[in-house]
Amino acid sequence: MFDFLEGYDVLGAFWMTVKLTALSAVGSLVWGTLLAAMRVSPVPLMRGFGTVYVNIVRNIPLTVIIIFTSLGLADIFGVTMGASDDFKLQGFRLAVLGLVAYTAAFVCEAIRSGINTVPLGQAEAARAIGLGFTQTLRLIVLPQAFRAVIGPLANVLIALTKNTTVAAAIGVAEAATLMKSMIENEAQTLAIGAVFAFGFVVLTLPTGLILGWLGKRLAVKR
Amino acid sequence: MSSVLYDTPGPRARRRNVVLSLVFIALLALLIWWLWQKMDDKGQLKWDLWEPFTTGQAWTTYLLPGLGNTLKAAALAMVIALPLGALFGIARLSDHRWIRVPAGAVVEFFRAIPVLLLMLFANEFYVRSTDIGSDERPLYAVVTGLVLYNASVLAEVVRAGILALPKGQTEAAYAIGLRKGQTMTSILLPQAVTVMLPAIVSQLVVIVKDTALGGVLLQYSELLSARSTLAANYANVIPSFIVVAIIFIVVNFTLTSFASWLEGRLRRSKRGTGTVLTGEDVEELNAAEVGGTLSTGTGGGI
Repeated sequence: MFDFLEGYDVLGAFWMTVKLTALSAVGSLVWGTLLAAMRVSPVPLMRGFGTVYVNIVRNIPLTVIIIFTSLGLADIFGVTMGASDDFKLQGFRLAVLGLVAYTAAFVCEAIRSGINTVPLGQAEAARAIGLGFTQTLRLIVLPQAFRAVIGPLANVLIALTKNTTVAAAIGVAEAATLMKSMIENEAQTLAIGAVFAFGFVVLTLPTGLILGWLGKRLAVKR
Repeated sequence: MSSVLYDTPGPRARRRNVVLSLVFIALLALLIWWLWQKMDDKGQLKWDLWEPFTTGQAWTTYLLPGLGNTLKAAALAMVIALPLGALFGIARLSDHRWIRVPAGAVVEFFRAIPVLLLMLFANEFYVRSTDIGSDERPLYAVVTGLVLYNASVLAEVVRAGILALPKGQTEAAYAIGLRKGQTMTSILLPQAVTVMLPAIVSQLVVIVKDTALGGVLLQYSELLSARSTLAANYANVIPSFIVVAIIFIVVNFTLTSFASWLEGRLRRSKRGTGTVLTGEDVEELNAAEVGGTLSTGTGGGI
């Protein structure tokens, strides 16, 4: 029944999707947190930069960003991500870079909304005992904010998983790329579609359930 | 400027902020200088490459038709997805389990799948099962993919919009003797539509962004693929990317601003219940569920 799968590395393609997701998730979490810290920082210039970055990146289609990493960053600016001789690896790393740049804007907004859920008294108490901005953020506010945004961040992660398919636009051999060539060459369109749909349900469903449960468990009880 | 996170800066803090600002400016300047240098090396700064955008031809031949196609696909997708979404959203609120459960399954299924896969699949389906011409097919495929995904997101928006209405509305409707169907069509839906408007406009941003997928992978001639024909003609890679990005930003920023204007207006309005549903609310309502309204996934609320 599944003989149409022969000759295709479906698991390998989904493994590529998982790798793209995992690396981009870590990268965008770090960059997104930094952006969020900038957006609430006492330095007006950093606040401005954070706001401008988020508003620009959120309004550009991810496809434009991904294509730009290949045609613009790699071809014009010579950013080959240390893989100028390995075209496949270069495409993969550029895709991760694009996904990080894009997803970080959403991570930043999620964390910023999380910062807003921390009661005023927490930050006031922190300042009252003499903590500075970085200390207040690092020791008091962010630990509480992160626990509050596990749910929203899970949504960002799920969206990121689905967004990795855009890497197909620069030829990264992930799930969407493989599905495109499979449905063009094989007769069982519906079965192939079902296999790939199932793959994404398997990737996204547990993420939502586990992180949703974790978010409820870890939420600061108030 | 002060906030709860830090005290109003004193003399030392102000000095430190100035130093930090200077360091930050230096870093930014370094980045810009590097970009400028590289662009100069590759000749991307030559006026020849920018000049087409000051004349009408680049706009009338490439950019405006591209933008037109982007907006056409987005508008078609929204117009078709909205009633479908309303149908499924209401079905999910049904009292009958045999309606509620299948509707929920369909909605969750299509929200879990990347919109690109839906487009690719729709395209192949049209190739094999219909005789839609190859000129029209990309539009059909793009709109189908967008409709399937966004109808399921809008179903959640509709459901959340109806649930956000005060319970008294339903109770009052029952009290004056309306039946369930009447309550839905003449009491709940009209109010829910107003409540949902900002969320629907935010979703439009997601749709506009997702049309770009069809341009690259299905050869639908929207704005992003118009860019590549334009760049092939004038050899202006970077300038064309910048212009296209600006167009997207202007369109989406207008939509976002319109959504928040609507939201503020609805919150302040004396008529109605003052409940508003923004993109972010939808996001929160679904925190633990599959999906998320982020465009190709990412976008929606956030």
